[in-house]
Amino acid sequence: MSGLLSAQSVTKKFAGITALDSVSLDVGDGEVVGLIGPNGAGKTTFFNCLLGLLKLDGGSVTFDGRDLAGVPTHKRARLGIGRTFQRIELFSGMSPRDHFLVAERVRNGRGALWKDLLFLGRPSSDENARADAMLELLGLQPAADRPIESLSLGVGRLVEIGRALMTEPKLVLLDEPSSGLDRHETEVLTEQLRTVQRERGFAVLLVEHDVEFVRSLVERVFVLDFGTLIASGTTAEVFADSAVRKAYLGDMV
Amino acid sequence: MEELISRIVVGMSYGSVYALLAVGLVLTYKTSGVFNLAYGAQAFVSGAIYYDLRVRHDLPIPVALLVAVFIVAPLLGLVLDRGLFRYLRNATAIAKLVTSLALLVAIPQILKLWFGQNPAAGTQGIVPRGDTSYNPFGDVFVSRNDLATILVTLLVVIALTVLFRYSALGLQMRAVVESARLTELAGINADRVSTASWVLCSFLAGLAGVLLAPLFAAVSDLNYTTLVVVAISAAAVASLSSIPIALAGGLGLGVLQQILDRYLPTGSVLASNIRPALPFIALFLVLIFSPALRGRRELADPLAGVDPPPPALASTVRSAALTNATRIFGVVVGLLAAYYIFFHASGQWLDIAIRATILSVIFLSITVITGMAGQISLCQATFAGIGGCATAQLATRFGMSVLVAMLIAAALSALIGALLAVPALRLGGIFLSLATFAFALFFDNVMARFDWVGGGVVPEDAPRPTIGFINFDQSDKAFLVLCLLILLVVAVLVLAVRSGTTGRYLDALRGSETAAASIGINAARARITSFALAAAIAGVGGAMLTIYERAANYDPNFVYFQGLIWVVLVVSLGSRSVEGAIQAAAGLFVFQAVILNQVVPWLADHVQPWYHMGQPPQTLAIILLSLGAFTYAKHPEGILEFNKRKSLEAIQRLIDRRSSKGGATSAGGGTLDGSETVGLPAAAGGPAS
Repeated sequence: MSGLLSAQSVTKKFAGITALDSVSLDVGDGEVVGLIGPNGAGKTTFFNCLLGLLKLDGGSVTFDGRDLAGVPTHKRARLGIGRTFQRIELFSGMSPRDHFLVAERVRNGRGALWKDLLFLGRPSSDENARADAMLELLGLQPAADRPIESLSLGVGRLVEIGRALMTEPKLVLLDEPSSGLDRHETEVLTEQLRTVQRERGFAVLLVEHDVEFVRSLVERVFVLDFGTLIASGTTAEVFADSAVRKAYLGDMV
Repeated sequence: MEELISRIVVGMSYGSVYALLAVGLVLTYKTSGVFNLAYGAQAFVSGAIYYDLRVRHDLPIPVALLVAVFIVAPLLGLVLDRGLFRYLRNATAIAKLVTSLALLVAIPQILKLWFGQNPAAGTQGIVPRGDTSYNPFGDVFVSRNDLATILVTLLVVIALTVLFRYSALGLQMRAVVESARLTELAGINADRVSTASWVLCSFLAGLAGVLLAPLFAAVSDLNYTTLVVVAISAAAVASLSSIPIALAGGLGLGVLQQILDRYLPTGSVLASNIRPALPFIALFLVLIFSPALRGRRELADPLAGVDPPPPALASTVRSAALTNATRIFGVVVGLLAAYYIFFHASGQWLDIAIRATILSVIFLSITVITGMAGQISLCQATFAGIGGCATAQLATRFGMSVLVAMLIAAALSALIGALLAVPALRLGGIFLSLATFAFALFFDNVMARFDWVGGGVVPEDAPRPTIGFINFDQSDKAFLVLCLLILLVVAVLVLAVRSGTTGRYLDALRGSETAAASIGINAARARITSFALAAAIAGVGGAMLTIYERAANYDPNFVYFQGLIWVVLVVSLGSRSVEGAIQAAAGLFVFQAVILNQVVPWLADHVQPWYHMGQPPQTLAIILLSLGAFTYAKHPEGILEFNKRKSLEAIQRLIDRRSSKGGATSAGGGTLDGSETVGLPAAAGGPAS
């Protein structure tokens, strides 16, 4: 396995409660992987560990052949880990185009105070073109210059995805992208994601509740329950597993 | 040994009062979410009233105590809650901080109108013959005042513990802090709970104020502000959340202060400067090194999502034509004012124009740090002071041209700003503000007194420059032109930074810090940059003021109190835009001039017998302007900005209506009600760009 992301026995404790108990997981280049589990299983904690928002109590995370221990969150982003949020986190007061332009400036690293002072800080035509391309890719042109507060949750999710993609990540972590969306919106989002992923070829780690959504997107699934990994394998195998059905799916499937 | 024990006992008595104040601060924060910087001012109110009744009017102790602590103090709390903080319950932490800042500035000034400008000597405690000492253990002396203070504190602590542990009201108070809206959904009248907590906290402040009085030689608002800083450190030790730790912290700091006071060497200049500044150093160190505070953010209201988004700036709601019209209007008004000042006005108005221009530069530093970076810094006056002093020192000692000195001074300010920012920025919102507050107080009390900084007793000179054949020493008008040019350059640079990378990163960070980190924005670096930039701008402003006055007058130009007034003023008028800063500066001076020329003579004729007038123009201006800050919570973009947006919208509507009547196509491109609706873009093939 050409592991792009590899988590080895990640352990995290909160005051006596073991939120993650020796969880190992890997994502290959360009692979779409799902991470599912009931509420409180430790999915978001695992996410935060990957991003460096929480410190590990044991185990290690390597990304692209590099140990991430001690690498601050913003540097992990620059190494190529993008993410979206379960409760969307957008830059209030800014338009979708502004979101993309900011992310593009971070990626190309051309910002500097002295350039600002010489009026060289404005977006270049090159940067504008890249932002336009992303707006078009996600079908966001009609909303491009409206303040983000006036847009719906579904559009907000797309803007988050676009913002993450502007940094040209090798891996995108999607934290419950369908939460709060209705059936139709979820379908549109699935379609958009699949198209964009095929076009750009980045790897995805998807944390999700919506089983249909997971099934339609991912190739492999990991299942968390009470902080331990109870199953992993191809989508078909895992959803056939009886322990998974019991812990998570109930009699739904 | 006896010396040490008696120091500890005296320290306990100070410590009890600190503890009382610290507990009150924590309680206010826990029950109303307000970090009440004005807590010391509230204590001062009761202290002053007790003094007035007891010493000036010679009333018996119980009567004075009843009025000052049991009537006035709770009443003040009631008024503050009903009249002010009730409307701020769902406001941001910054809005609450700004409001309490305004109170800190306004309350002592209002009280002084009645109490007199000068501190009053000869204070008395709450027990008869308070100075009488007992010496039960050999040479250890304990005064009756000390004993009373310790005893009262003990009683209050027991009462509070019972209240919070065993009463429904205590539980409800804790719930209201978490989310007033959620508490109301649970069927509890949050208004009544918050009123109860304000009355209680105000009572504690009043009690502490009266107990503190005998520890000072005199009753003055500065004493109270200084001592509240110690209480703030004790509250910070407790991360603003634990009452027992706040209590222990207060006691500990009181004892520590007494012991250090005794055992610090007396000879050196540094030690003698540090002694009075111990509270500020303690606060600064506590904030920087307390692990519990590191990276801590304010409580987020779980229902904050129901709030409307922040209002847009006026410039975003107007069309191109209207933008040009307002610009032309601004230029015309500016030219008319300039014409009047240069050719018709008296020296007084010229002075006002120069000072307003210089202050505009300093205010632009607040635009950068608060408007762009979203942080409240309370030490911008200190950075201005660093700029001013450095300019004077370089000019005097090295014979440097003041303009070159000004640039070096600005760089020095920027460096100190960056150094301060590195540890301080790990702190969130209000703790950062407190750290800057501590830094300002520390600089005022320790650094500024050194010969090589503030110039010792006599401030260092800073001659006006000569460029070519223009001698700015001869002509104030020429100097005004120079100031306007510098203002223009600084304003243009601020605009450039705002529209450039730094400004955009800061916008993103204000929008969502986690999201900004997720795309790789280094929050610390962006903020350090903004801090350094703001410090440099303030440094330039301070240098200009020093050159204008031909000397670096650290006091009164750059003391912390100035900084507080400036922040309150800029933030309440409009910290988001460059015009806001300029209008705030011009407004301050015009306002003061009008009060000086018109209002004061009238007051002197009609109201004089009622109150003591020390420095009424400043006092009145400060009171009125700081009260203006109460609008901040409603209009965080600033009242000027708010009114500008309102009037621009009205004009735009008028234009739209007329143009649609005339059958022409709508000219309102880009206004609030854009025609197309945006949902999920199902049709991805929209107009290709």
